[in-house]
Amino acid sequence: MTSLSMDQAPPINAPFRFFLTAPFFLVGIAVLLLHAGTQVWVSRWSGTLLAVTHLLTLGFLSMTMAGALLQMLPVVVGSPVPRVQGIARVIHLSWLLGTVCLALGLYGWGVILLRTGVGLLSAAIGLFLWVSAYSLARAPMRHATVLSMAYALLSFLFAFTLGIALAGTLSGDFSLVVTSFIAMHQAWGLVGWMGGLIIGISYQVVPMFLLTPAYPARITRWLGGALCGLLGAWSVTGWLSVAGSVWWHTVFGLMLAMCLSLFATVTLWLQYKRRRKIFDATQQFWRIGLFSLLIACGVWVVLQVMPSWSHSSILLGILFLYGFVTALVQGMLYKIIPFLVWFHLQSRLPKGQFAPNMKQLILDRHAHRQMLVYLASLLGLLSSLVWPVLIYPSALAMGVSGVLLWRNLLGAAWQYRTRYATLTNST
Amino acid sequence: MNTISQFLTADHRRCDHFFAGAEVSAKPDWVLIQENFSQFHSALTRHFSMEEKVLFPAFEQFTGNMMGPTRMMRMEHEQMLGLCARMVAAMRAQDETEYSGVAETLLILLQQHNIKEEQVLYPMSDQMLSGQVTELIGYMQTASSAQS
Repeated sequence: MTSLSMDQAPPINAPFRFFLTAPFFLVGIAVLLLHAGTQVWVSRWSGTLLAVTHLLTLGFLSMTMAGALLQMLPVVVGSPVPRVQGIARVIHLSWLLGTVCLALGLYGWGVILLRTGVGLLSAAIGLFLWVSAYSLARAPMRHATVLSMAYALLSFLFAFTLGIALAGTLSGDFSLVVTSFIAMHQAWGLVGWMGGLIIGISYQVVPMFLLTPAYPARITRWLGGALCGLLGAWSVTGWLSVAGSVWWHTVFGLMLAMCLSLFATVTLWLQYKRRRKIFDATQQFWRIGLFSLLIACGVWVVLQVMPSWSHSSILLGILFLYGFVTALVQGMLYKIIPFLVWFHLQSRLPKGQFAPNMKQLILDRHAHRQMLVYLASLLGLLSSLVWPVLIYPSALAMGVSGVLLWRNLLGAAWQYRTRYATLTNST
Repeated sequence: MNTISQFLTADHRRCDHFFAGAEVSAKPDWVLIQENFSQFHSALTRHFSMEEKVLFPAFEQFTGNMMGPTRMMRMEHEQMLGLCARMVAAMRAQDETEYSGVAETLLILLQQHNIKEEQVLYPMSDQMLSGQVTELIGYMQTASSAQS
C-alpha cells in the first residue's frame, strides 16, 4: 500500500531525453534513403534497408515508446519505476549509441560496430525490460492495459533475443539461425511489441482524450492475449516442418491480421462517435495510422495467396512502421510533451501565476504543417515503389518532417527551460 | 451502481459529457458556451466535493496516510479549478485561442487524473472499504445534493 504512488513521477527529464532525441533518427533515415536513391528498394536485405529499418524501429519508435512507458507506468498502472532518473539516463545513452552502432554495422561498416551495437542495446533493452517488468509486477490492479503492456514487453523480449541471434549470425559469431527466425523477429517486434503496446495504451487514451465511448469489454478482455498466443502458434508452425504446419501457419497469420483489423476498425468507429468538436493534428495522425494499419492487414492477406508479389514486404513495412506506428507515435507526442511541460511548470509556479497552455507550447498550425509534410512523405514513399524516382522528394519530405517535429517538440521543451530558469533565479 | 468504481466512474463520464459541450468550435456561440461551461463546472465541483468530503477521508482513515495518493488527487483538483477560472476569464474576454488552449490543457489533466482514479484508487477503495461501500455511496449522494 505504501508503494502506491499517484504523482506525476518521473521527473520531466527522464521521458524527455527519449522524446527529444528520437526525431534525430528520422533525419538519419532520410539521409540514407537519399544516398541510396532509386536503388533503395532493389532488395529488402540490402545494408541500407536493414539500417533504415532499425533506425526507425529501435531509434525513433521503440525509443519514444520506452520513454512513454517510463512516464506512463505510475499514471496508468499506479506503480512507478524505481530510481527512474538514473536508470533512464543509462538506458537512453546505451540505446542511442547502440542503435547508431547497430545501424552502421548493418549498413556495412564492419563487424565491430555490429557487435558493439548489439552489446549496448542488450544493456539498454535488458535494463528497460527489467525495470518495466518489475514495475508491472508490483501494480496494485491488473486491468486490460496492464496485461497488454506485459504481453508487449514479453514480445519485445522475444524479438530482441531473436535479433541477437540474427546479428550474431551476420557477424559470424555463431550460426544457430534458421530462416524462420527472421520472420519471427519481425512479427514479435512489429505486431507483438509495437502493435500490442499501442493497443493496450489505446484502451486508455482513445476514450479519455478524444471523449469517445469505451472499447467494448468483450474485445479488450481477449485481444492482447490473443495477439500474443497467435504469434506463438504462428511462430511454432512456421518453425516446424511437419505435415499440415504450413496450412496452420497461414491460418494463424490470417487470424493475426484479423485481430489487428478489428482493433483498427473499432478504434475508427469509436473516433467517429467522439464527442469532441475539435479535430486537431493528433486526430489526423490517428486516422492516417489506423487506415495504414487496415491497408497493411489487407496487403498481408493478399500476400498469403500471392507470395510472389514483388515489393510486398517493403510495402508492408512502410505501411505498418512508417504509416501506422510512426503516425500514432507522433500524434501522442503532440499531447504528451506540451502536457508534461505545462504540468511540471504549473506545479512549480507560485499561486496566481500561470504556465503557458498546451496550445501556446506547440501551436496548432505548426503541428498541422508537420503532419502534412509527414503525410506527403508517406504517400511519396509508397508511390516510389512504383516510380523509384519519387524516392528523392519523399526522402526529403521525411527529413523535413523529422526536423519540423524536432523543432516543435524542442520549442516546448525550450519554453520549459527558460521559464524554469526565470523561476529559479527569482527565488 | 454497486461499487464506488461504478458510481464515481459514471460521474466522470457525466463531467466528460458536459466538457464536450463547453469546447469551442470554429465560430463560437459564447452564450451557449457559457451555459454549457457552467453545467460542466457545477458537475465538476459536485464530483470533487463527493470525493473530498466522503471518499478521501474514508480512504485516509483506513490507510492512516494523509500524504499519500489522496493528497495528490486534491492538488490536481485545485489545479483543475485554477484552469476553470482561466476559462471563465477567456470566455469573458471572448478570447477563443486562450479558451481552447486552456480547455485542451484541462482535458488532458482531467483525464490523466481520471485514469489514476479509475484504474487504481477506486478499485482499491472498493477492496479496502468493502464493508462500507453502500453507506459511502449514500453519503456521496447526500454530499452532492447539498452541493448542487
